[in-house]
Amino acid sequence: MTERWNAGVIPYAEMGYWKPDYQPKPTDVLAAFRITPQPGVPPEEAGAAVAGESSTATWTVVWTDRLTAYDNYQAKCYSVEPVPGNEGQYIARIAYDIDLFEEGSIANLTSSIIGNVFGFKALKALRLEDMRIPLHYVKTFQGPAHGIVMEREYLNKYGRPLLGATTKPKLGLSARNYGRVVFEALRGGLDFTKDDENINSQPFMRWRDRFLFTMEAVNRAQSETGEVKGHYLNVTAATMEDMYERAEFAKELGSVVVMVDLTTGYTAIQSLARWARNNGVILHLHRAGHGTYTRQKNHGVSFRVISKWMRLAGVDHIHAGTVVGKLEGDPNAIAGFYDTLRLGYVPADPVKGLYFDQDWGSLPGTMPVASGGIHAGQMHQLLHYLGEDVILQFGGGTIGHPMGIAAGATANRVAVEAMVKARNEGRDYFAEGEQILKAAAKHCRELDVALATWGDITFNYESTDTPDAVAMPTSR
Amino acid sequence: MRITQGTFSYLPDLSDDEIKAQIQRALGQGWPLSVEFTDDPHPRNTYWDMWGLPMFDLHDAAAVLYEVNECRRAYPRHYIRVNAYDAARGRQTVALSFIVNRPPDEPGFRLDRQETADRRVRYTTHSYATERPAGARYQEAR
Amino acid sequence: MASDGHPRIAFGAGAPAALSSRSAPSADGGGALGGRACQPEPDDAVVDLATARQVSGIDEVLDAMEQELVGLAPVKTKIREIAALLLVDAERARFGLTAGRPSLHMSFTGDPGTGKTTVALRMADLLKRLGYLERGHLVAVGRDELVGQYVGHTAPKTKEVLKRAMGGVLFIDEAYYLYRADNERDYGQESIEILLQVMENQRDDLVVILAGYKDRMDTFFQANPGMSSRIAHHIHFPGYTLDELEQIGLLMVGQAGYRLSPAAGTTFRDYLGRRSGQPRFANARSVRNAVERARLRHASRLVQQSGAPVSKDDLMRFEPGDFLASRVFHSGSGDAPAT
Repeated sequence: MTERWNAGVIPYAEMGYWKPDYQPKPTDVLAAFRITPQPGVPPEEAGAAVAGESSTATWTVVWTDRLTAYDNYQAKCYSVEPVPGNEGQYIARIAYDIDLFEEGSIANLTSSIIGNVFGFKALKALRLEDMRIPLHYVKTFQGPAHGIVMEREYLNKYGRPLLGATTKPKLGLSARNYGRVVFEALRGGLDFTKDDENINSQPFMRWRDRFLFTMEAVNRAQSETGEVKGHYLNVTAATMEDMYERAEFAKELGSVVVMVDLTTGYTAIQSLARWARNNGVILHLHRAGHGTYTRQKNHGVSFRVISKWMRLAGVDHIHAGTVVGKLEGDPNAIAGFYDTLRLGYVPADPVKGLYFDQDWGSLPGTMPVASGGIHAGQMHQLLHYLGEDVILQFGGGTIGHPMGIAAGATANRVAVEAMVKARNEGRDYFAEGEQILKAAAKHCRELDVALATWGDITFNYESTDTPDAVAMPTSR
Repeated sequence: MRITQGTFSYLPDLSDDEIKAQIQRALGQGWPLSVEFTDDPHPRNTYWDMWGLPMFDLHDAAAVLYEVNECRRAYPRHYIRVNAYDAARGRQTVALSFIVNRPPDEPGFRLDRQETADRRVRYTTHSYATERPAGARYQEAR
Repeated sequence: MASDGHPRIAFGAGAPAALSSRSAPSADGGGALGGRACQPEPDDAVVDLATARQVSGIDEVLDAMEQELVGLAPVKTKIREIAALLLVDAERARFGLTAGRPSLHMSFTGDPGTGKTTVALRMADLLKRLGYLERGHLVAVGRDELVGQYVGHTAPKTKEVLKRAMGGVLFIDEAYYLYRADNERDYGQESIEILLQVMENQRDDLVVILAGYKDRMDTFFQANPGMSSRIAHHIHFPGYTLDELEQIGLLMVGQAGYRLSPAAGTTFRDYLGRRSGQPRFANARSVRNAVERARLRHASRLVQQSGAPVSKDDLMRFEPGDFLASRVFHSGSGDAPAT
C-alpha cells in the first residue's frame, strides 16, 4: 500500500474500515464484493471504501462521528483476495453489524448494501457476489408465504417437478382467446399456466376480463382431469392499491396463485407476500429486469443475492434459470441459486459461487422456476440439473406443438413422469435419457411428435456469469 | 375419463414389478409408506381412507405390495394409491404418491356453475361418483 | 367412508380372480425390471455351473461357515446340499425344467446354543446371493412379537413382523409356543394361520425358519400338519462334543484377548465336561458365560494381589483358580444354577 488513494481526505482504510484481523460475529451480515479498483488504488483501500460507503462513512471526516459508537456501526472489510485468472479484480469480504439494518426490511438492507456504493468513482466496477444473512436477521423476515412443502399440499402433487407454460403470444390476445390457451394447456396435463411479465392490463385485454376467462379455463381443466390446476394471475400494476384490488379479485375467483414482477420493487413484493400468506394464495415472482444487473460478471448484483433477498421477502416461486434453455445459465452457478432457494442450510461452495455458509433456520423454501427455451426432449437434463422441486415451464414447447396445445402439454407430462419413474427405478436416466423418452413415446404420440419437432434443438452458448472456482477431479 | 392425480397417471398403469421398484426407492430413502383408497377422487379430497397404518421400518417392497394387493382384494373397484412420506426436518410431507388401482369405469366430474352478480361465476367440481352413497359406488350393475 | 363398515385390515377374504396376475401393459421403462430371461434356453445349450457358482459368491459364505463355525458337520453338509440344489434349480429354470420357485421354509431343531441363529443369518445371506431373497436380512422373533393380548391384536402384529421380514428371513424362536394344545382359543392359532397363508402366498418374498428343541418341534408339527407340510428342509443341530466345546471356548478366550495357562487349559476342559452334564446346559452360550465369569474372577484376582507389578501377560492369562471357583466344581446337587 505504497501509493495510497488520495482524495484529500483520510483514506478509508485508516478510518477503521480495513480490519484484516476482524473475526466476523455470528450476528454480522456478511457481503462478498467483486471489486475492480481504478489504476493506482490499492485493493485494500478500495475494499475499505466499499465498506465505508455502504455503512457509516462519507467522503470527509465529520465530527458528529464522535457522538456514536462508531466502532460498532462501521462496516469492516476483513479480507481482500485477488480473483484467480482475472487481473485487477478482487473479492472483498465485508462485515456489517446487525444493528445497521431494520428488521424484516429488504428495502433497508439493500439501501445500505447497494445504496450508494455502486457509483463510487474510485472503482471501475463493483459486483455484490454473495451475502451471509445471519439467522438472527433471517428470523425477522416472513419468508415465503407458503413455501415448497405447503404448495405441494395445496396442489396435491408430489414426487415430480411441476409443469407450467407461459401463454403465448406474450401480447395481443383477447381475454377469450387467452383463456383458450390456458384451458388447452391445463387439460393436456400441465399443472400451471402463466401470465407473462408484461401482461398487466393493456388495451387489448384488461385485467378483470383476463381473470374471469382464465378462471373459467382453470376450473374446466380441473374438472376434466380431477387435478388441482392454477394460472399465475399477474397482479403487477402501477400502485399498491391496484395490486391489492387485483389480488383480492383473483382470490375471490378461487385462484390458488397470483404473480408479481420484480420490477414492482422489494417493498411491493414484501407487501404482496404478506397478503399472500394471509389469504392462502401462492405468490409467483417473475424476475423481470434482473438481467440488467445480474448478468455481467464484474458489475452489478449476482442473482444468488437476489435469490436470497427474494426468499426473505417471501415469494413462493422465482425464475432461477434452466441450464439448458435459451437464457443465460452456467450449471454450477444455477446449482448455487437452486440450493440457495431450496435448502435449509446452504454450505459455502466456491464451485457453485457460494461464498458463505447460509443458515435459513426454518424459513420455507422457494420453488425455483425454469423457463425459457426448454422442451420435452431435454427432460433427463432438466431433472438431472434442477431436481424434483422445480417448476419446468415450456411455453413454446407446449403451445408450439404441431398437434395443438393440449398435445404439447401431454407430451411434457408424459416425458416428466417417464423420467421420474426411470430415476426412481435406479436407472442412469441422464445417460439413457433419449432411450427413456423414446420408449415413453411409443405409447404417446404427442411425445413422439414433440421429440421429432424439437429433439435436436439446443442452446449451447458460453455463459458469462460463471463461478471463478472450477471443480477439480480428485485423485483417488 | 382418466383421473390424472398422482405421480405417474399419464403413464400406462404400473405393473406390480414397476410398483415394487417405486416402493423400493422410497424404502431406500428411509420413507415410510402407506396405502389409501377412496371412492370419491375429488381433486380436493385430501383424506382417502387408510388401509391400515403407515408402514415403518420395512426392508423390502414386497411387504407394501402385499398390502396393496390385500387392499385391491377388498376394494377392487376403488381408487387405491401408495404414498411415501418424508419426515425430514423442513419436509415433513408426502414425497411420492401414485395411483395403483382404478375403477374399470371412471365417471369423472361435472363442473357446476353458479352465476352470481357481475357476471361472476362460482365454480363447483361435482364428483359423479358421489351421486351414489359411500360404499355403493363403482359397483357392477345388478 | 369410515361408516361403510368394511374391515380395513382384511385377511383370508376370497380374492377376486381378476387380481391374480397383473402384467406390464408395455415394455416402457422396463429396462431395470423384468430383465430375467423369459425365453427358455435351447435344448442343446450348455450351462457353466462353476461360473454360476463363482458369480453368485456362495462359496464365500460356505467357506466362511466351514472355517468360523466349530463342529456342526451334519448342518454344514445339509446346507451345502441345499445350496447345490438351489444353484442347479436356477439353471434348470433356464431350460424351463423347473416350474416356479421351490419352497424354502425350514425348521432348525436343536438345543439352545447350538448355533441356530448364527446359521440362520448365514442362510439368509446365502439365499440372497443365490437370488432367492431380495435383501437377505434376518428378523428374529418369539411368540411375544407375533401374538397379541386381546381380540384383533394378533393379526396386525403378526402382519407387521411378516412385512418387516419380507425380502429376508423370518426366524421364529421356540415356534411351538405359538400353539397351545390346552387352549383352542389361544391367539397363537390366529398367528399360525396368518403365517401359513403368507408362507404359501408370498413364498417369493420371504423364508420362514422355525426353531426350537427337537422333541417339542416334533410335537408342534404333529399338531399342525399344515405347517409341517410347508417346511421344505428340516435341519437338526446336534449338541457339541467336549472337544468342540473346548475349541469354541478357546476361540472365545482368544477373541476376548486372553489365553489359558497350561494348567488352566486342563481345568477349563474339566469344567466343560462337568458343566455339559448338568441341567440347563446351553452349549456355546454356556461356554460364553463361563468365559465371562472367568474374566470377572481374573480381574478380582489381579486387583486383590496387592503391590505386585502386573505384566501384560498377567493381564491376559487365565489361571485354574479363575475356573475352579465355579460351583460346578463344588456342588453335588444338579439343581443349583451352574456358574
